[in-house]
Amino acid sequence: MVSAPLHVRKLPLRCIVPKVLMRGNHVLAEAAIRAGCRFYFGYPITPQNEIPEYMSERLSKVDGGVFIQAESEVASIHMVIGASMAGGRVMTSSSGPGISLKQEGISFLSALELPAVIVNMSRGGPGLGNIAPSQSDYFQATRGGGHGDYRNIVLAPSSCQELANLTYEAFNLADQYRTPVIILGDGMLGQMMEPVELPPEVQIKKLPHKDWTLTGAKGRPSRFLRSLILDPFEEEEHNWKLMRKYERITKEEIRWETYFADDAKLMVVAFGIAARIAKGAIKRMRDEGQKVGLIRPISLWPFPYKAIKEITKKVRHFFVFEMNMGQMLEDVKLALEGNGEVHFYGRPGGIILTPLEISRVISSYYYQKRLG
Amino acid sequence: MKKVFSRPKSLKKTPFHYCPGCGHSLLHRIIGEVIDEMNLQEKIIGIPPAGCAVLAYFYFDIDMGEASHGRAAALATGMKRAQPDKVVFTYQGDGDIAAIGTAETIHAAARGENFTTIFVNNGVYGMTGGQMAPTTILGQITTTSPGGRNERRDGFPINLSEMLAVAKGSAYIERTAVNSPANILKTKKAIAKAFRVQLEGYGFSLVEVLSPCPTNWKMDTLESCKWIDEVMTTHFPLGVLKDITGDKKDAH
Amino acid sequence: MIEIDLELCKDCKLCISVCPHRLIESCDRMNQKGYYPAIFVEKHLKKEGRKCTGCGLCAITCPEIAIEVYRA
Repeated sequence: MVSAPLHVRKLPLRCIVPKVLMRGNHVLAEAAIRAGCRFYFGYPITPQNEIPEYMSERLSKVDGGVFIQAESEVASIHMVIGASMAGGRVMTSSSGPGISLKQEGISFLSALELPAVIVNMSRGGPGLGNIAPSQSDYFQATRGGGHGDYRNIVLAPSSCQELANLTYEAFNLADQYRTPVIILGDGMLGQMMEPVELPPEVQIKKLPHKDWTLTGAKGRPSRFLRSLILDPFEEEEHNWKLMRKYERITKEEIRWETYFADDAKLMVVAFGIAARIAKGAIKRMRDEGQKVGLIRPISLWPFPYKAIKEITKKVRHFFVFEMNMGQMLEDVKLALEGNGEVHFYGRPGGIILTPLEISRVISSYYYQKRLG
Repeated sequence: MKKVFSRPKSLKKTPFHYCPGCGHSLLHRIIGEVIDEMNLQEKIIGIPPAGCAVLAYFYFDIDMGEASHGRAAALATGMKRAQPDKVVFTYQGDGDIAAIGTAETIHAAARGENFTTIFVNNGVYGMTGGQMAPTTILGQITTTSPGGRNERRDGFPINLSEMLAVAKGSAYIERTAVNSPANILKTKKAIAKAFRVQLEGYGFSLVEVLSPCPTNWKMDTLESCKWIDEVMTTHFPLGVLKDITGDKKDAH
Repeated sequence: MIEIDLELCKDCKLCISVCPHRLIESCDRMNQKGYYPAIFVEKHLKKEGRKCTGCGLCAITCPEIAIEVYRA
């Protein structure tokens, strides 16, 4: 049985916002509603089923809320396109195999410059994989996944609070830049329960007006939205237009966090749930006097290349920890531009290390490199 | 002398790129006339297909949003649910609707999504050079059925409209053709009725239009019109397949 | 009476086949697109007495919307 605590839905705006204990998937869904999302089209797939379940109830209780459990992930991403063309704030969610199905739609959303939020609660892969959490969809999210030259903003939360904050922000970013935004979570984040402060409800009528939507040509010339541009010179110009937008996003929207970075001799690089585990490990190691720090990219695209490169001024050793076979690793290597040594430790398939276990691996590398 | 026939207002003045005798040209004009007569230009949104009519937005002076191949029914679902007071229609070929788009079409009909689909059935994949389609008839020669569609290798054609009529959410389904002035006028009536069904909220409406493709059928225009009468209609009979409105009068 | 826009015509011959008074024929000169368009020949048939009744079948069947119809 799924239901959010009653008081969550009736939060008054001007009081001290209490924290509520909520499951990650529910937090994400609630934050989306508060961000003004009124259209959700999804399909069941573990480990994100709580999202469509929550949306199916919650959207029936808000004005103009539309929920459809579509016949497939393919259908749902195209329903997203339709509702986005009409100007709505719209979201879909899935996990690895379903996100694969959505790739054509995501390429179209990018080409058509349509805002949308796409949530991936990653699981073990490839293929049907398993339902345990993993981070093996990093390439899929950041390298396009679909065909053509495009980039999507990719945000990687590592706590239930971040699920709330980043999902909320995702809708604003999507509208601001007219681009899809991907929330790259994982099965563990989706299932875990933590106390969160939910963001305030957006006033939909006060959202900025969109002057490009398909709403019927009343009082204005008719318009169309399309991605087929047969003339190569025009298509090239369209690609340049998208690239200029991505440059603006790269300038303004890079997000990352550091932890115990100031005097670190070894920098761990991790994102999402792996970073969460790494923080626990680093705290342990600091207690034992090891000078280890963490840099955690929060935007996976645009990736904080400069921030990592900056660190090479003081640190030579980097330890990339991911729950996959080495994907963000490539971006870290690009960032380093050959400065420093990178060691990789990955566990795919849904294995979740404890902070103690990963601290042992990092420690042994730390001492092996004679850093302490 | 009074002008009694001219180009509909809701079509731009752009000359069509379609082949001589193509059913698309006729259908575009028919839809334009219906939009004019029912005063829908300001509240209608069309979804063109992948196929020869992909550039429909260069011809219709209405809001239009491109869908990828086969997904128009899903787009229309999202779009109509987001603004139920507008009129939304998809315009799809036989491959778009009955091959890659079968799931989306059937589910939209089953859910009773309140938009209209115009299904242009010419028995081939026209845009890509005349390959076999789900509605290619047994024995029909296409570029991927060079000896004629074969029951063993290729299976049977699909009568999608009959299948959709079974869906509880479908409200009005009719099959017409555009191979003669009489049929053209019947098609216009059917499309007007389909839009009326949508405006009155009855559910999913679809008009299947048997349409000539002289180029890929390797016939001239007059032969292709005859072929529709003599061959196609025996496999895809014309007429109303479903009508829950019980309405006998004209939609106008 | 009808007016045919010769530059829009693609010589599909549908109008020729539907005109009940056979008042449309193929022109022997090409238009800009390389088609031999249909032309309205009523004025050449004055002595036969065949006149356009403005039935509009030609315009209804013309895919290119190349024909405009006038009625008295």
